[in-house]
This record gives sequence, C-alpha cells and structure tokens, in this order.
Amino acid sequence: MLNYTIRRLVLSIPTLLFIALVIFLLLELAPGDPMGQMPLTIPDDVKQRMREALGLGEPWYTRFYLWLYQFFIVEPQYWIDGIFGTNLADGAQRIISFQSRSPVFDTIAERMPQTLWVVGMSYVVGVAIALPIGIISAYKQYSVFDQAGTFVSMIGFSVPPFFSGVLLIVIFSVNLGWLPSIYDTTHEVIDWETLKFQFQQMIMPVMVLALQTTAQVSRYMRASMLDNLGQDYVRTARAKGMTESVVIMRHVLRNSMIPVVTVIALGIPSIFGGAIITEQIFKVNGLGQLLILALQGNDIPMVMTITFLLAVMIVMLNLVADILYGVLDPRIRYD
Amino acid sequence: MTDISAQDQAPEAVEKTRNQWWDVWDQFRSHKGAMAGLIFLTFITLFCAFGPMVWDVDPGKLDIRNKDVRPIYVAIWDGDAKTSWARPMGTDHLGRDIMSNIMQGGRISLAVGWTAMILAILIGTFVGVLSGYFKRLDWGLMRFTDLVLSLPILPLLLVMMLLFRDPLRAAFGPETGIFLLIVAGIGITSWMQTARIVRGDVMALKEREFVLAARSIGTPPRRMITRHILPNVLSPIMVSATLGLATAIITESALSFLGLGFPSDFPTWGKILFDSVDRMTAFPERVLWPGLAISLTVLAVNYIGDGLRDALDPRIRGL
Repeated sequence: MLNYTIRRLVLSIPTLLFIALVIFLLLELAPGDPMGQMPLTIPDDVKQRMREALGLGEPWYTRFYLWLYQFFIVEPQYWIDGIFGTNLADGAQRIISFQSRSPVFDTIAERMPQTLWVVGMSYVVGVAIALPIGIISAYKQYSVFDQAGTFVSMIGFSVPPFFSGVLLIVIFSVNLGWLPSIYDTTHEVIDWETLKFQFQQMIMPVMVLALQTTAQVSRYMRASMLDNLGQDYVRTARAKGMTESVVIMRHVLRNSMIPVVTVIALGIPSIFGGAIITEQIFKVNGLGQLLILALQGNDIPMVMTITFLLAVMIVMLNLVADILYGVLDPRIRYD
Repeated sequence: MTDISAQDQAPEAVEKTRNQWWDVWDQFRSHKGAMAGLIFLTFITLFCAFGPMVWDVDPGKLDIRNKDVRPIYVAIWDGDAKTSWARPMGTDHLGRDIMSNIMQGGRISLAVGWTAMILAILIGTFVGVLSGYFKRLDWGLMRFTDLVLSLPILPLLLVMMLLFRDPLRAAFGPETGIFLLIVAGIGITSWMQTARIVRGDVMALKEREFVLAARSIGTPPRRMITRHILPNVLSPIMVSATLGLATAIITESALSFLGLGFPSDFPTWGKILFDSVDRMTAFPERVLWPGLAISLTVLAVNYIGDGLRDALDPRIRGL
C-alpha cells in the first residue's frame, strides 16, 4: 500500500506540471493587458518599463519556470518562516498580484476561512443528510420515502445553485425577512446573540450547496446499500438471529460505505466550483469571488494560482479516494 | 440462424418480428416520470421554437412607457398593480416583453445545450472507441482523459470565455462567435465520462463471439467499428447524452449568470436570471420564470435519462 501511495504521488507530479502548463499557456493567450487600467497620460515607454517590472518582458518559458519556482519553493519557505520564525526565504520575490500589488498568497489566506467555513459546513451538512436518506431509501425500496428521496435528489441535480439560492433569498429574506441575504464576513462571534446571527447568515449558502451534495451522495448510498442488501452474508446474519438494526448498521452499512467514501472524497472539488456561484449570490468574499474579480481585472498571477490550487486539490483527492478504497476494502490490492 | 423452415411450418406460432426499439419504447412509456419529462421537453421546445411566430413581439424592443409591468396574475391579489393583458408575463425595467425574452432565451439555451452535448458525445465516443478497440492507443488516450478530468473545469471555462470572447466576436459576429465559444468550451470539457463508459463497453464487446466471427471473415477495423461495435454501445451513449444535455444547459446558464456568457442583447435563460437578480426584491417573478424554465427543463431531461436507462437495460425490460 505504501509502495502504491508513493508511486501515485510520484506520478501526480507530471500530471500537476502538465495542468500548470495548460493553465499558464491558456492565460498566456490572454489579450488583456494588466496596464489597461492605468491612466492614459502615462507615456508609452514608461508603460513598457512598468510591464517589464511586472516580469512581462521575458519569454513565456522563463516566466513559467519562475512561477513554478515561486509556487513550489519560495512560497513554502515564507510559509515555514511564518510558522517557525525562521528566515529561509530571505526576502525572495513572491508571487505578486497585478491588481493589489500584494503577495497572492496573503490575499488567498485572507479569503480562505470564509470559503472553507461555508463550503466545509455545507459538505458536512450535505453528507449528514444524505447518508440516512440513502440508507432508509434502500431499506424501504419503492416506499413513499424512497420515492420522495428520489424526487428530492432529482431536484438537487436539476435546480442549479444560482436559482435555488436566489429563490431562497426571495422567500426567506425578501418575503419573510427572517434571514439576511448578504453574508457579512466581518461579523465576529462573541456571545449567543452573535452566534445566532452567524447561524442565520450561514444557513442559506450552506443549504444551497448542501442540496447538491445530498442529491449525489444519497443516490450512491442507496445504490450501494441495495447492492449489499441482496448478498448472501446478509441472509446469513439474519439467519443467525441478529437484530435487524445490527444487520443493517453493522454489516450492510459498513460494506456499503466503501464506494460512498470515495464518492464523498471525489465530490469535494466540485463543491468548490459550486462555491464560486454561491459566493457570487450571497456576496461572500471568499475564494470564488476573488477568482471572478481577478478574471475581470486580468490579474493573471492570481487566476493562475487559484486555478492551480484547485487542480492540486482535485489530483490529491483523487489519490486519497483511491488509497481509501484500498484501505477500506481488503479485496482490492494495488501492488 | 433463423429457421426459415420452422417459420414456414408454423407461421402463426411465431410472433411478428418487432423492431427492438418498440420494446424499448414500451418500457420507456411505463416510466411515469420519464413520460412527463418527455412531454415537458417537447412542450418547452415547441414553445421556444414556434412561440415567437404566434407571440410576435420583438424581445429586444424597448418600450419605456410600459416598463416594470407585473405579470397578469398579480392582479388577482393586488388590483392596483400595473398589469396588462398585452404583456402576460410583464416587462422588465426597459419595457422589454418578458415572455418573448423567455422564448428567445430558450431558443439559445436549448440550442447551446443540444449542440454542446452532441459535440461532447462525438468526442467522447471517438476517444472511447479508439481506446477500447486499439490496444496501442489505450494507455495514452486514457492518461489524457485522466489529465483532462483533473482540470478545474469551471474556472478554466471562465478563463476561456474571457480570453476568446473578443477575438471570436470579431471573427464571427457577436452572437455566432459567443455561441461557438460556449459550445466548444462545454463540448471539450465534458466528454470524459462518455469516453470512459464507451471504452469499458467496447472492451467487453471485443471479447464476444460475434466480433470474433466478423473478424474471421476478414472485416476491417473500420467496418467492424461502424457495423458491429457502435450499434451495440448505443444505449450507454444515449444515457450519457441525456446527462450531457442537462449539464450543458446548466453550465451555459452558470456562465451567463457569472456575466461571462452571451452579451446582454442576446437573452438566454441564465442571462435573464442574472439581469433580474438586482431587482428581485420588487419583482420576484422575473427571476422565477427563467429559473423555473432552466430547472424544469433539466429536471425533464434527467427524468428522461432515468427512463432511458431502465428502458435500455434488457434485464429490466419486459418485467
């Protein structure tokens, strides 16, 4: 297993390099000019020098190498410096945003908590709702509950977040006035009152994202439970006189969770994609909103870094899913 | 291997041979959700395709005197509201008729969905068949598929939209240019699942006796694929086509919603929804109509896919 993990980790390096190259070359084609928003009174030769100061004068492969160097060597050094108070980086050039002229990773670190808080919470809530629905749907197949569960997950698949979010705002913020429609990220939780407000402002974005997760995970849970419920070992367990709850919760559920766990791991990147839209609706100033702003402002280092971070996450979670599969299911041997 | 002599002896005993697609249709019809989905999809397609011929209002025409007209049903509970039978779904803040906008938007949204889906299916089937049939190509093509699968799709689509919008608009005109861009963008980022499914099925088919028989009489690979392989992988392709249509419609609307789709003179459902969000406090119906159109269409397509999957599965069929 360790052997396999190491092999996969090594293999993921060329994958990530290729992805970085694709994103970089795509951005290289960008007609947009970071100098486009500068005042027109700046003479052309000064503009040219400013461009070179941003590092745009070099050929693309030099800049690509520099970006890789900064991303993989310099930024981790600053990170370690920040934690242990060492001086590894020694003032080396960091990845600088064209828009804010500040290090890209500082901005990302500022935006990360909001996104992680909303996205992470919605994923936990979504999975927590999905698992019981899947289990009961499979146990009582074709019952009213199962039909309703199927319908709800169909809705989850079909209603895009930009409609469900807007609909929730219309109902709960506009008509009923119960919940705030804008997520206030400066809000600090200090007592029960503020905790209540935090809960209120999180409930809508979290539920919008959780609906998508629930739809997907509950379908997989149901299918996987159905596969297992018909197996011989279930009949054996019942024949031994075990109570129904032990049969379902201890035997069937554990075996059914194997494929579902991988689905849960693989679904995390897509929920970050959904967060781009959800953050736009509820005006959460998280990573997704940062990406949209950077795109609109031709902020190439920012777009490049955020997109690449997402790609790293996808590749790593694919790896985690495969390894989890091997760990949970002893029948699967990769070596 | 049909026994002609046996048929001669007892013509009544043998049922008239039926095209297998009739069996599929019979099974499909018994799926209530799928039938409802099919009816709704037909309705919304006809509504958008032929609606503008009946409802002859220019979707882009500004009528500032009749701006912000509420839909006609608002009159039921609010007699003072500004309603008019000439504008059954109301008008927007520039006096454009919402019903004709929904029709026009539906035309574009559905056209984008169908074309992007067909493109994705073509690429996916091509890659899948090649990689399943020819062992030499398999490794490379599947690694490539894995690579594309690990790209962050939505951010890349956004980048693509932003980068190529202006060049393509200049080359093909605003509407066609963006149309081509969105279709190509969605098409080349959503073929991977189809390719994987088709590859698996082709590999299984290749081991079957009829393929061996066909090869033994010297069928060249090209004819083998078109005559024997492709007809047999049609069912998984059709099922993933319905899924692809649903995703394509949602992706196009998402791009429009993020302000990176069609320019504002060309309404699509996502674009109308995006434009209405700012005024949803006063006019919630304006987000409701396009949102419902997207959701119900996608729901219908998903149910059709569900029904197709059941109908095309010979293990379930005929029960």
